[in-house]
Amino acid sequence: MLSIKDLTVNVNDKQILKGINLEIKPGEIHAIMGPNGSGKSTLSHVLSGKAGYTVTGGSATYQGKDLLEMSPEIRAREGVFLAFQYPVEIPGVSNIYLLKAALNSIRKHNDQPEVDAMDFLTLVKEKVCLLEMDEKFLYRAVNEGFSGGEKKRNEILQMAILEPKLCIMDETDSGLDIDALKIVAEGVNSLRSAERSFVMVTHYQRLLDYIKPDFVHVLAQGRIVKSGGPELALELEEKGYGWVEDNQAAA
Amino acid sequence: MNTATATRYAVKYQAIASALPGQTLPWLQTLRAEALMAFSESGFPSPREEEWRYTNVSAIEKKLFSPSISLPAGSIDAQWLKSYQLQDAWVLVLVNGHFSAELSVLDDLPEAVSVMSMAEALAKQPDQVQKHLGLATAQSEHGFVAFNTAWFTDGLFVHVPAKQVLDRPIQLLHIVTDADIMSTTRNIIIVDEMAEAKVIEIFIGVYSATSSEIVADNAYLTAAVTEVYVGQNADLTLYKMQSESEKAYHFGGSYIKQARDARFTHHNFAFGGLLARSDIHADLDHASECELNGLYLGSKRQHIDNHTRINHLKPYAVSREVYKGVLDDRARGVFQGRVIVAIDAQQTDSQMNNRNLLLSDDAEADTKPQLEIYADDVKCGHGVTVGQLDEKSIFYLQSRGIDEETARNMLTFAFANEMVDKIKIKGLHDMVLEQVLTRFPQEGVNKEWL
Ligand SMILES: Nc1ncnc2c1ncn2[C@@H]1O[C@H](COP(=O)(O)OP(=O)(O)OP(=O)(O)O)[C@@H](O)[C@H]1O
Ligand SMILES: [Mg+2]
Repeated sequence: MLSIKDLTVNVNDKQILKGINLEIKPGEIHAIMGPNGSGKSTLSHVLSGKAGYTVTGGSATYQGKDLLEMSPEIRAREGVFLAFQYPVEIPGVSNIYLLKAALNSIRKHNDQPEVDAMDFLTLVKEKVCLLEMDEKFLYRAVNEGFSGGEKKRNEILQMAILEPKLCIMDETDSGLDIDALKIVAEGVNSLRSAERSFVMVTHYQRLLDYIKPDFVHVLAQGRIVKSGGPELALELEEKGYGWVEDNQAAA
Repeated sequence: MNTATATRYAVKYQAIASALPGQTLPWLQTLRAEALMAFSESGFPSPREEEWRYTNVSAIEKKLFSPSISLPAGSIDAQWLKSYQLQDAWVLVLVNGHFSAELSVLDDLPEAVSVMSMAEALAKQPDQVQKHLGLATAQSEHGFVAFNTAWFTDGLFVHVPAKQVLDRPIQLLHIVTDADIMSTTRNIIIVDEMAEAKVIEIFIGVYSATSSEIVADNAYLTAAVTEVYVGQNADLTLYKMQSESEKAYHFGGSYIKQARDARFTHHNFAFGGLLARSDIHADLDHASECELNGLYLGSKRQHIDNHTRINHLKPYAVSREVYKGVLDDRARGVFQGRVIVAIDAQQTDSQMNNRNLLLSDDAEADTKPQLEIYADDVKCGHGVTVGQLDEKSIFYLQSRGIDEETARNMLTFAFANEMVDKIKIKGLHDMVLEQVLTRFPQEGVNKEWL
């Protein structure tokens, strides 16, 4: 699905990612944990094509294609989805319109006809229900005036409707109370399939109680310093990031 | 000032003076003569005047526009007119500055409510007109007001008596059908104590009876002045949309006097004209509320100037102002917003905001908020921005599969539409939205986005 090799990235001439290696196979869930400022969002942004990052070396291959060559919208249409750490408010553009435009852009890319208006409404309502959101959110401007938790849920709503192949979730759990977290986790779990992969950036082991990862990676100072199974998250929670960083320094 | 221009206009004036309405009224004759004199001395405003420093009207001076002496012959395509005429409204149509009874719809007016042409008001209610004409603004304001006072051929007169709440809006439709003419109209709107009304003023470009469409490349001059009197605790909403033709010159001034507790809301949509200037000047009394909204769209070489002045004369008044501009190509947008808080106007609460989006490197926005505060216990704020679209928002849309160009268009359109959405009259909302869509600097804008 996604193969990242020796990826190095600069922001304003400062190296932020210092050689990332990551193999993600279809159906896998990878959790990325790490201290603030270690480069987790940078990695998410680079994978989804945000401007302002300079790739200075390495590669990212997505379904056999050079991901880094593609424009952000082409990546989205090819099935890459980023659930933002800080979703952007877009006053004046309605949520439901964006959902429809997004879905149709993907369908068009795959030579499918535009979605039928009735089918679309049925689909959207089903997913709104799944995420226990109020239908009113559909007719409001994208994220405008949404609470932090509502914005995160809206990201997962989009993800559930667009059915991407590679879901990158940047701290979707931050700012969610336990009830909201369970709902979001349920939404994500309903999307799990043998063809769909997830990259979940998180600070908290708690999320992983509800969405069980196949692999856990620790990102520190722009490098993946440790990888393991779900038990690594528990160990991290117990011992803190200092533990891996110390180990790293010792090695 | 170019005195030659003033002299040329003075000569023209003699030729049509007798055809102007109200010429049997000595007070009006005197007023017009004084105005003509004032105009001969001052001419059109010059950029040397502080309130005109960003707008040079010498292009208007260089031309000699001719007044239309009477209603032009030839019918106006009813189908075309319909797209601008509101249903469920009293509609008064002025063609080249002259009232067309045939095109107007003034049936079923409530008793004691006056909605009529200025010429008719001068004949039937000269005292009311005399009391209000030149009270909210004077020819000393600037050359356009003097010019208008000397020349006005007709206009709209509205009087809503106390406690009367109009259930339909009043629409004034300005149509110009020929090149090189000047349409000079004067309106008076009086809303007495506790009364409520909505008045809509629409200016549309040259209409050609033969081709059934707007002929975009004709130059003409609109010089319209509206005086507004909002009585104690009364409520008036005034909408203005100028969608003049591409080469037209437009001056439109609204001068408002608000009584104690009076509420006034203005929506100003400035889309057309090669050079267009609006004045919106309001005088506020004790606890008056004044809301000014504006949207201007400029492309090609358009120059669109909006000048607002809010005079807080007494305590406890509230003013809110939001103007937005979208400028493309070599267009230039000007916003000058003055707020004057008199020494007695304690507890004034005033907010002013002007935001501009520049879509090309050659577009320009000049924005100048001016706060002149003489009272010491007030809450006054202002903010201006001139900029490009937010890159974070563009990326967010792209990350959902929307291509960059469409993302930019969506954000620009949404920015402008915020002002359209403030219109609470459905038919007008849709009409303005249609104009925004056709006038929008960018292609491919879609109202489904909203
Ligand atoms: N535009 C930028 N200009 C300068 N430095 C930047 C920029 N964007 C990110 N950085 C720096 O890059 C580093 C990594 O930031 P990033 O946002 O990727 O961290 P993170 O791991 O996501 O942190 P958090 O857990 O707080 O979300 C930080 O030191 C940050 O200050
Ligand atoms: Mg982050």
